[in-house]
Amino acid sequence: MKRHVHPTLLATLLVCGAAASAKADQASCMNDTLCRIMTTKVLKVGTKDDYKPWSYRDASGKFAGIEVDLAEDLAAKLGAKAEFVKVNSANRFEFLAQGQIDVMIASASETAERRKIVGFVHPNYYSSGYNVLLPKAATVKDWGQLSGQTICALQGAWYNKPASEKFGIKPLAFSGEAEVESALKQGRCIGILEDDNLINLQLADTQRWAGYAMPLPSQEDTPWGMAVRLDDLHKPLGIFIGGAIYDWHRSGKLLDIEKANGVAPSAYLVKAHDGAKDTLPTPN
Amino acid sequence: MGEAVRTFFLELKLKFGINLTIFYDGFDSERFVTGIVTTVELVALCVFFSVIVGGIGAVILRLSRGPLAAAVQGYVALVRNTPLLIQMYFFYFGVSPVLPAGHSAIGLPVPLVGNFAWAVVSLSLYAGAFNIESFRAGLGAVNRSYEEAALALGYTRIQALRYVLAPLGLRFSFASLANNLVDLTKSTTVAYAIGVSELLYVSNQIWSDSLNTFEMMNVILIVYLILTGLVVWAISALQRALHVPGFGAN
Repeated sequence: MKRHVHPTLLATLLVCGAAASAKADQASCMNDTLCRIMTTKVLKVGTKDDYKPWSYRDASGKFAGIEVDLAEDLAAKLGAKAEFVKVNSANRFEFLAQGQIDVMIASASETAERRKIVGFVHPNYYSSGYNVLLPKAATVKDWGQLSGQTICALQGAWYNKPASEKFGIKPLAFSGEAEVESALKQGRCIGILEDDNLINLQLADTQRWAGYAMPLPSQEDTPWGMAVRLDDLHKPLGIFIGGAIYDWHRSGKLLDIEKANGVAPSAYLVKAHDGAKDTLPTPN
Repeated sequence: MGEAVRTFFLELKLKFGINLTIFYDGFDSERFVTGIVTTVELVALCVFFSVIVGGIGAVILRLSRGPLAAAVQGYVALVRNTPLLIQMYFFYFGVSPVLPAGHSAIGLPVPLVGNFAWAVVSLSLYAGAFNIESFRAGLGAVNRSYEEAALALGYTRIQALRYVLAPLGLRFSFASLANNLVDLTKSTTVAYAIGVSELLYVSNQIWSDSLNTFEMMNVILIVYLILTGLVVWAISALQRALHVPGFGAN
């Protein structure tokens, strides 16, 4: 009996073959994530989408902000395209550990606990402490006076626990910055527990935040880190990102991006730039 | 907490990487207990109020054909056809600001209705709408001849409902009522969105701080299985106690 190979079957086999060879290409990278990124030309970046000006969505719905600019620059250096995945404070480490993103650039402070879960790349690219945005009507001069007070906060922020343990604050946490701000405006809490950087930015908007202030000293200045999976930390991907961050400090690009996003030069970036900058004249 | 328990769970973490902070970290276990207590309170209050809402609604639908019945039907349609989360946001962020506010000790305005109270209101109204339908169906399942017999004996319509139809109809609605209340128990997790420190909220705080998402997810899964199990058990016990042959499933 004569058998014909059905054309559809043949086409399917061809497509499968092509897919398999692309897979094989990726497979030849073994577990080298950098190699896989350069093969697929896609760098999957986890960022937030509600943390202006670090990472947010612009009017057209695209990701924008300091961290997005940095991710675009990383991807460009790799000849790849940055693909952004929205994460939030509570799920970002899981997203990275599970491989849904290759690198997390989501305003994550580096803490000892977190270092056990993901690989924080050095040097750090930013830094902040925590503080409380309070109405001017509240005459508070000392952190201790906040004991027992309800303060709005973001779910998953690392300082919620220390602030409640140290100062007896009662955090009322919401999943997004928008809910946090409306809860404050509605008097659900007396202030917002958050990054001092962010508070400075909010206070710069004198219309929206007239009547609010940051009367207390910031606590526990903590550097922010980009993170990769622990397996990638001392592999090409981790080393590459570390080099890129060093380069941004050295060239002053981080300070430039910060300025372009309307943030006053932060002490941390100035110090890092001074420490890394070229002291010799640039060769021609 | 017992020292032996603490040691056991610390070793579990060190040897197997299973990090159950709620069993060895005082701060976390305190938070977790608060979460369970809040969830149980929410369930108890909302079961109570939603059954009352259901009962009143079903009686209105049974006795009235006027604007009151139309209002109840409108309420059921509105609540059943919109997501619970949106209803809760509506009450918490939408209705609350237009209500008068009180003043705190340090002179700042404070809303009179807190997040826990709004959670009870929205959950009770939500489950109440489903309960109305369950009770209405239960009353509808009682054979018309019972009402006719009651009316023939000189009962008014309200008396017939109270002494004959409602006790029998209630028995028909148990299965569907159990369904609604189990659903209500699980729905209390939505209160997390408005910062009520129920079980999911505290678990989220714990896994955000201790990065033990996997462990906490499993813990809350088990706790909810136990809670819904208790609700089902309570309703079946009530059902057995009120059992009359021929009315409602055994």
